[in-house]
Amino acid sequence: MSAMTRSLVSEADLRRGSGRLIYRLVLGAMAVAFTLAFLFPLYWMVTGALKSPLELAQTPPTLWPHEWHPETYLDAWRRLEIGKFLVNTAFYALGGWLIQLIIDVAAAYALSKLRPVLGNVVLGGMLASLMLPAAALLVPAYLTVAEVPIFGVNLLNTPWALWLPGAANAFNIYVLKRFFDQIPNDLLDSAGIDGAGRFRLLWHIVLPLSRPVLAVVSIFAIIGSWKDFLWPLLVLQDPEVQTISVALSRLASTGRVTNNEMFAGLAIASVPMVIIFMVFQRSILNGLSAGALKG
Amino acid sequence: MTVIAPEQAASTARGSGGRDAASTGPGPARMARLRRKIGDNLQAYAFLAAGLLCFGLFSWWPLVKGIVLSFQQDNFVTDPIWVGFDNYRAVLDDPLFGTAWLNTLEFTGLALLFGFAVPFVMALVINEFRHAKGFFRFAVYLPVMLPPIVSVLLWQYFYDPGTGLFNAVLSGVGLPTSDWTQSPKMAMISLVLVSTWANMGGATIMYLAGLAGIPGELYEAAELDGASIWQRVRHVTIPQMRFIMLVLLLLQIVATMQVFIEPYQLTGTTNEETITVMVLIYRYAFTVNNDFGLAAAMSVLLFIVLGAFSAVYLRLTRKAD
Repeated sequence: MSAMTRSLVSEADLRRGSGRLIYRLVLGAMAVAFTLAFLFPLYWMVTGALKSPLELAQTPPTLWPHEWHPETYLDAWRRLEIGKFLVNTAFYALGGWLIQLIIDVAAAYALSKLRPVLGNVVLGGMLASLMLPAAALLVPAYLTVAEVPIFGVNLLNTPWALWLPGAANAFNIYVLKRFFDQIPNDLLDSAGIDGAGRFRLLWHIVLPLSRPVLAVVSIFAIIGSWKDFLWPLLVLQDPEVQTISVALSRLASTGRVTNNEMFAGLAIASVPMVIIFMVFQRSILNGLSAGALKG
Repeated sequence: MTVIAPEQAASTARGSGGRDAASTGPGPARMARLRRKIGDNLQAYAFLAAGLLCFGLFSWWPLVKGIVLSFQQDNFVTDPIWVGFDNYRAVLDDPLFGTAWLNTLEFTGLALLFGFAVPFVMALVINEFRHAKGFFRFAVYLPVMLPPIVSVLLWQYFYDPGTGLFNAVLSGVGLPTSDWTQSPKMAMISLVLVSTWANMGGATIMYLAGLAGIPGELYEAAELDGASIWQRVRHVTIPQMRFIMLVLLLLQIVATMQVFIEPYQLTGTTNEETITVMVLIYRYAFTVNNDFGLAAAMSVLLFIVLGAFSAVYLRLTRKAD
């Protein structure tokens, strides 16, 4: 925030008497508190993996590793097969993102610009699903995935068990539709007169204009699939195909893993999301604020 | 409330179907227009098809199936038997039913105390800073980006009564240590603490967005009238933030009542101190009972409770458009 817009405390308050001192103290205290509360645990995780299991468990704890064991990260990667689970998770996230985007953009475009008969009923039905807490659908959705009606296939332990239910995302469709609504119809009509079909209008006019909203939807789709736990826990019970979250939970319960290897696994699991956060910080935080105000 | 420009398309042409023949001519022209309209609709539904299929199969159908299942006994080998309200009766008679709901309410209550009020105060303070705002936003949201299981497992090591960091620090500064997740008194609080740590960033960021939207003139006017800082919070900030606070409150109630990963990982699915509604549903279906009917009945009850909150939430946000 540059050139402060006026907020609760005014510049005059700050200049008055002890105002400046109090401001400095509060700022410093908050900075220390935030560092300790939010950053230190992550520091502990990353450096914990570098310690020997013995050092990690010792009291008083060491703030800085006495002995260095960077090879723990490699051990975890190989012995716990973190690499495999990481690849699984990335594959689910990217595939899910692509499918979600294709299906949701097409649906939003149809509802916003093609306006079919009963379009509002369809949109209402989709939005109604937002009222269903995911938890309440857990069991019947699991049974549905185990034997999909009409098609009669079993999707358990396949990527589709994550991808297809994930594509039914009413929130995305709503956000995309509202964005498409702002694109003037005249623009599409004039291109339509020049002979462009529905698909070309979507591809050449609507999508290029929608880059910002597509970016936000994409980032949140990938974050969401990376963070999901309960659903993958149910539908991916075969250890070979598990996501990293489910695998870490399973490994932690087996007790055959040393603490420092586990720390390495946790750190590795966090890296992709932390990188995404660092790169897309602005769109993530702003997208979140916008989403909060416009559910 | 700002963001997303107003809907302007509604009044203009419904699709482009109607604009061809301005003439309301007889026979052939009308037929052509009708054919055009049917064609347009078919095209529109072709775009919608995949979405409709996904919603139909994985959202609408499970809803129906869940309700049907809650009235059935089904072993998935022989034909399901219709048992009326037996599943509901069995669930209600289960001594764990009350325990699970009370635990869930306790979790939600504590989570709101830490996760609703604390972020508000933090956002209020951060919003006043002229420095390092970016750092605060980054730090508080970082844990939200971690996979939840990472936060939970990390804290599991912190909580360890023998070798964990928390007890080491407590005894280091001469305070009594705790059994954290293993003690009946502390177990629930331990779950809430890690959950709050992992999730409070979201609420803080949303509060910050709300605070940034309060017009500065209001504070200026209040100040000219001689309002102290506290009075400005009370009479300007809170009334201005009322809507977003209400929305967040509803969102957090719906989210925290579905808590699963913390009790599942930290205290297990058999611990009566921390068993929650979601854990009980999981138990019914996948571990102890292997009875999907019981789980479905419990799910329907949860849906009824949460559906009410969700409906109010949707109402509010729609009205704000």
